[in-house]
Amino acid sequence: MSAKKERPISKTAGWRELPSGGMIPAGGTAEAFKTGDWRTIRPVHHREHCIDCMQCWAYCPDMAILLEDGVRVIGMDFDHCKGCGICANVCPTKPKSIDMVSEIEAQRKDAEGEGEE
Amino acid sequence: MSVVKQDPRNSTALTGNEAVAQAMRQIEPDVVAAYPITPQTEIVQIFSTYVSDGLVNTEYVPVESEHSAMSATVGSAASGARSMTATSANGLALMWEILYIASGTRLPIVMPVVNRALSGPINIHCDHSDAMGARDSGWIQLFSENAQEAYDNMFQAVRIAEHPDVRLPAMVCLDGFIISHGMENVFTLEDNAIREFIGDYMIERSLLDVEQPMTLGPLDLQDFYFEHKRAEAEAMVRSKKVIQSIAEEYEKLSGRSYGLFEEYKLDDAEIAIVVLGSTAGTARYTIDQLRAQGIKVGMLKLRVFRPFPFEELKQALAHVNVIGVMDRADSFSSIGGPLFSELRAVMYDSETRPLITNYIYGLGGRDINPRLIEQMVRELADVQEAGRLNQYVNYLGVRE
Ligand code: SF4
Ligand code: SF4
Repeated sequence: MSAKKERPISKTAGWRELPSGGMIPAGGTAEAFKTGDWRTIRPVHHREHCIDCMQCWAYCPDMAILLEDGVRVIGMDFDHCKGCGICANVCPTKPKSIDMVSEIEAQRKDAEGEGEE
Repeated sequence: MSVVKQDPRNSTALTGNEAVAQAMRQIEPDVVAAYPITPQTEIVQIFSTYVSDGLVNTEYVPVESEHSAMSATVGSAASGARSMTATSANGLALMWEILYIASGTRLPIVMPVVNRALSGPINIHCDHSDAMGARDSGWIQLFSENAQEAYDNMFQAVRIAEHPDVRLPAMVCLDGFIISHGMENVFTLEDNAIREFIGDYMIERSLLDVEQPMTLGPLDLQDFYFEHKRAEAEAMVRSKKVIQSIAEEYEKLSGRSYGLFEEYKLDDAEIAIVVLGSTAGTARYTIDQLRAQGIKVGMLKLRVFRPFPFEELKQALAHVNVIGVMDRADSFSSIGGPLFSELRAVMYDSETRPLITNYIYGLGGRDINPRLIEQMVRELADVQEAGRLNQYVNYLGVRE
């Protein structure tokens, strides 16, 4: 999940240069489209409760659950997480291993403290 | 390429629907998805027997509606298969949404449209309201005068639609019942000659090509939609040249010549009538009768309605005094039919500015005959005499 993928089509391209009919001549281009700023609530992962059941990973519609070694949940890709809350909803642990918090509050806290992810 | 002239040994008595089905057999598309509707039904019915008899290697998809027919055709064309369907009237109307998706996605689908009046009131007979309603959908529209032209237009439509400068879907229009069910002598071409003429379907990129993944039909918002529509408009502009050069190539093959339109006794005409489709035959006969009486009338039969050949029309009609535009569809704009308003707009720039009036006729299959055309021409002669129009829109053959 590098989120470094280039857009295959330039936003400044004129009509003569564009591929015809709205075709995008590449695969996996959603990665280049940052949807993280749509978020109004943010998932916060609590590693201490997590049992790595992968429910959140399977249900996330944006493939925004970050894994280590393909088996261990280590957080979210905030460039793409839209804050839908599905991951928190499906998390089976008690207490939940994912909480949804206000995005604005979280950003304010990030700005105040040094604890940026 | 072998030149096959109009050899009587190659002629067969066929209805328009049979001729089109025959053309589809010779084109042998990879996929045909269709739904029956009068008067088009026979085309896909006959074609489906070719499939079941093993005469063509086509995947035939009997769908549950025309919306599905066009959707399946769009899907198969995008996947890299030469794809066709056929329809009429309300079937075309039900395809509406997908017509724009086919052209906007730049898929070279070819579709015979057997022209029939749109309901309501319910009617199954010929007029052009179906095709005219789709005139702004980004499809090439070729009109045919008879079964021969419908047959010939089919092959040319495949080449035009698939041409790299065009890549737009194309409709081959033929008048319901008058052409579709009328039997006439049709000169057919050898299967091999057709194979060679149309060649293989080559698409830029196919959805099934896993080596080169791509997305077709993505969301296209304020930042790109306009550019894509601009390119689509340009493809329509470019198609005019392509249509002409393919017609030349087809003439070498068939001995039959096609252009953007056909002129009949127009050179020295003072009065011109402009028509689409089968009415041209009746008009030609009537013109001969009236010429014998010294009335200088000629005809312009438009073959290509989309793209609209405005420059060429302006030149071809500049020398006449009066133009009667025959529309087999009303636009309900209160100022006449679609052919009339477009042709009037074209002539606005003409230095000679002929007088132009509209005759709406033949709605719902109402017969058009030499007597009515003669009546129209005599009225046009009166307009010429008076030097001014009485009215823009006339309804020809309606009970007052
Ligand atoms: S659903 Fe909850 S417990 Fe399961 S992996 Fe995700 S965060 Fe951990
Ligand atoms: S909030 Fe939605 S988008 Fe974000 S990580 Fe959870 S499931 Fe994925």
